Amino acid sequence: MKPPRFRYCSPRILDEALVLLDQYGEEIKILAGGQSFVPLLNMRLAAPAYIVDINHISELHYFETEPDYLAIGAIARQRQVERSVLVQEKHPLLVEVIKHIGHMQIRNRGTVVGSIAHADPAAELPALLTCLDGEVLAQSMHGERVIKAKDFFAGYLSTTLEAGELLTEVRFPWLARQAGWSFIEFARRAGDYALVGAMAVLTPALDDTCMSANIAYFGVAGSPIRARAVEQVLIGTQLDAHTLDAAAGAARDVVGEDMQDVHATVEYRRELASELTRRVLKQAWARREQLEGAQ
Amino acid sequence: MATRWFGAPVQRLEDPRLLRGRGNYVDDIDLPEMLHAAVLRSTQARARIVSIDASAAWSLPGVHLVLTAQDLGEVLEPSPLLVPHAALTQPRTQLPLARDTVRYVGEAVALVVADDRYIAEDALDLIDVEYESFPVVHSLEVASITDGPLVHDDVPGNVAAHLAQTVGDPDSVFASAPHVLHETLLIDRGAAMPMECRGIVARWDAQDSMLTCWISTQGPLPIRNGLAAIFHLPEHKVRVVAPDVGGGFGTKIMMFYPEEVLIPFVAMQLGRPVKWIEDRREHFISANQERSQLHEVEYAFDDAGILLAVRDTFLHDTGAYAPYGIIVPIITACTLPGPYRLRHYSSEFTVLYTNKVPVSPYRGAGRPQAVFVMERIMDRIASELHLDRLEVRARNFISPGEFPWDVGLVYQDGGPTKYDSGDYLAGLDKLKVLLDYDTFPALQAQARSEGRYLGIGVGAYVEGTGIGPYEGALVRVESDGRVFVSTGVTTQGQAHITTFAQIVADQLGIAPDDVMVSTGDTQAFNWGVGTYASRAATVAGSAIHIAAVKVREKAKMVAADLFEAAPEDIELADGKVFVRDAPHRALTLGQVAISSNPLRYAYGENARTLMSMKLAGPRPGPALPEERGGPGLEASGFYSPPHGSFASGIHGAIIEVDPVTCNVTFVKYAAVHDCGRVINPMVVEGQVHGGVAQGIGGAFFERLVYDEEGQIINASFMDYLLPTAAEVPSLLVDHVETPSPLNPLGVKGAGEAGVIPVPALFASAIDNALAPFGIRIREMPLHPSRLYELLRDAKDKPAL
Repeated sequence: MKPPRFRYCSPRILDEALVLLDQYGEEIKILAGGQSFVPLLNMRLAAPAYIVDINHISELHYFETEPDYLAIGAIARQRQVERSVLVQEKHPLLVEVIKHIGHMQIRNRGTVVGSIAHADPAAELPALLTCLDGEVLAQSMHGERVIKAKDFFAGYLSTTLEAGELLTEVRFPWLARQAGWSFIEFARRAGDYALVGAMAVLTPALDDTCMSANIAYFGVAGSPIRARAVEQVLIGTQLDAHTLDAAAGAARDVVGEDMQDVHATVEYRRELASELTRRVLKQAWARREQLEGAQ
Repeated sequence: MATRWFGAPVQRLEDPRLLRGRGNYVDDIDLPEMLHAAVLRSTQARARIVSIDASAAWSLPGVHLVLTAQDLGEVLEPSPLLVPHAALTQPRTQLPLARDTVRYVGEAVALVVADDRYIAEDALDLIDVEYESFPVVHSLEVASITDGPLVHDDVPGNVAAHLAQTVGDPDSVFASAPHVLHETLLIDRGAAMPMECRGIVARWDAQDSMLTCWISTQGPLPIRNGLAAIFHLPEHKVRVVAPDVGGGFGTKIMMFYPEEVLIPFVAMQLGRPVKWIEDRREHFISANQERSQLHEVEYAFDDAGILLAVRDTFLHDTGAYAPYGIIVPIITACTLPGPYRLRHYSSEFTVLYTNKVPVSPYRGAGRPQAVFVMERIMDRIASELHLDRLEVRARNFISPGEFPWDVGLVYQDGGPTKYDSGDYLAGLDKLKVLLDYDTFPALQAQARSEGRYLGIGVGAYVEGTGIGPYEGALVRVESDGRVFVSTGVTTQGQAHITTFAQIVADQLGIAPDDVMVSTGDTQAFNWGVGTYASRAATVAGSAIHIAAVKVREKAKMVAADLFEAAPEDIELADGKVFVRDAPHRALTLGQVAISSNPLRYAYGENARTLMSMKLAGPRPGPALPEERGGPGLEASGFYSPPHGSFASGIHGAIIEVDPVTCNVTFVKYAAVHDCGRVINPMVVEGQVHGGVAQGIGGAFFERLVYDEEGQIINASFMDYLLPTAAEVPSLLVDHVETPSPLNPLGVKGAGEAGVIPVPALFASAIDNALAPFGIRIREMPLHPSRLYELLRDAKDKPAL
């Protein structure tokens, strides 16, 4: 459990990191919080020639409110975001999600952006980004591009980030004021990756029917899954028992055929996806703010 | 005997040091010039080694040595069979490095010594081993196939041992019994997972011809004796020290793990200290495991719920080798009758080799399996006859008047399975109170009306502890009045430093703080076996008591001479030795120690004070009268129990099952424990807490999953789930104290107890919670996905 030999670089400014990435591209791994990467390194499952440690690039250490989203820089710690009074007030769903990541000690070190870049399909934050139609900002020597969540995650531990690009920011859209939300994961132990996790953001219309629904799952496939089929079931309804049954039924299909491991069979994961759907929908709908004039 | 400290909840004396990070574990030992070793382990579960090419590893800068089997010379010997048994007809033990065959994934194949561990691991990647693989014996099922694959070519049917024992006449009881049932029950693999993995530092001092090894082990003395024999060294030229050890749970008492021979070997060969620290990945595939057994049990009972006879036949998985003989299945066979009056019992087991990590005792050591079987029987009798589960147990309990109770089987130590004392009904009554048992049905009914499924489960057990052959101790008063105690057992978290000090403190009239306990250093005490089988407090504790009594008597004798008083008028208290009713005629214990050593020169405060006192001068005759038996306030004591002492207990829990997600949470957990007289209730409760946590792990979280290639597919803490504080409920613990008549302290072992009944009570509670589904748990460990399948296949399904 000792890593193979590597070269270590610790740039202090972003441009220096981008130059290194431009020069060594595929041979580089970025070290941010290191909560997934360092174990992979020690188990020799990753063996990069160069490690670029971005922890000392202070310009990446921020989270800021923008009109449409919360922007989080590449080395903001999960725990900092979780403890921010501002974020607690303006993005409670994000705080709830972060609280489910590992343990406090892990969140003290782990970064929000690092979790997105690692793209673990059982992790919470990639699913949240998917759920909310969030975006990421990738920078390189040759410019920058904004990538939609749906275009970013590309299968198990894979993203569409290109060699030479650094993920510098993640953008979590705000929820509509009247939206109700819920996040529930089923994990074996407190702090574990979920066997299945689900989240829902439901926005009521003036007539208090469901106007929009954002439903996402994790731990069910090679990437986080946005479940349009489940969402369609809900639009225009008031989430009556029949609708919940239909949504819970549709949720079974989000679980991939190959999602069998030591902890769960595919069939069991389907049952969990179905049940968690029922639970998040009930909770999210109960949390919605009924608009003036609604019944 | 004063009883000031014995029985008191003395705070652990070891904690201030350990909690401040001042522990000294093997990996804390850094010696000048030290090199680092790494082990190449087999990637195949069953294969022939066609060739090993280590040339690239040899040429890596920083590599000092690459060893394969052929480099070991006469050291290439299978490790000894620790506990031979006539029924073990095909004993096989492991070589330090595999020669031409590997039999499990993780078996040591080569060793690299390098400047640091990083380079050593780089070198492992450069060793090219060509294997020819064969079909793998990955389960008890495959092991039992006629003409199936063999772990050892010369062991037909993979059968290592077969043992049948019978008590009474079960056949005729079965023939006429009113009720007979038959069931198949399975317990799968688990492992101890101590926080500290294994580790060794070895140093060869050529000038002194002295080999010193620091090993994270539970048995340094047997290892010292073995290493002396292997390397042809006098025993006093081999020192083995178990420094602070971060948990053992049985997995650290082996002889030998390959590294325990290899690391001293390379240290001697290179003339430089060598360190090897097992990492967690290695621990998963090379440190011993336990638990796999498949039981076919038949039981007969009458209309009143009295268990009449049991016929149990089981398969025991010993892994690729059987270093510990058949200790574990013997313990299972002997533990199965438990606290019940079972007069007709036949037990038959077959020990099978598999291509898995070898098996040796892990906390509980065959008992959780036995208790699972017996307690499943008790629950089933209750459900068949519509009786209360605790009532059925109470009707079958051996009563206090029936001790000593001879189960009729030969125990693991070769002695009788003979219960020395106990009061099982008293424990059951206390458990009822802790659980609020009688009000549970109302609570359960209320919860069900809300769609919640609560269940209550119980598990009772009797545990053979404190077995021989013996342990010993040296107790010596130093001139400052503090007392040095050394013993051959080790300590790896059990608070022996505290409990041993309490035993001594009472005898010598001092505080436990003034007792300095040394464990696990072969140079500090030369005799003994080690810490296993819940025996340290009972066996070593009794030896320490015996030695301390001798020292007290000697202190009285010396003081009596000085004060010209009768020895029986001398008392020891508060660090003083004085004449009863004349407290001004007093010396400190240290001053008496100085006086007991008739030197011409003495130094220090105590000696000066002594000189200035007008005490009786030396009597005529030798300075050291023969009746004192030597200088100093020092004595050794040895204790050898006639046979094991039998602790007991009963645990119960209330759980809640979510019938959709199949998750289980503990609502309440209570344990009543009887380990005879309690030296330190806080320590015993701590042992119970730790055991229960480990038991909950083994019942619902921890599970070693081997695939058909013999690979453990969850060999990391990502997927092998140790319970955390969040999963373990707060525990209620109460004690019953039935003193053991077998030892001077009246104590019994407490180390393993907590873990033993947990799988049984967990199954019991799930059955109870899910009674509307009509399921019965017949396997352990469980996990939610498996419980989901059981519920899916359940016959009765209420609407959720």
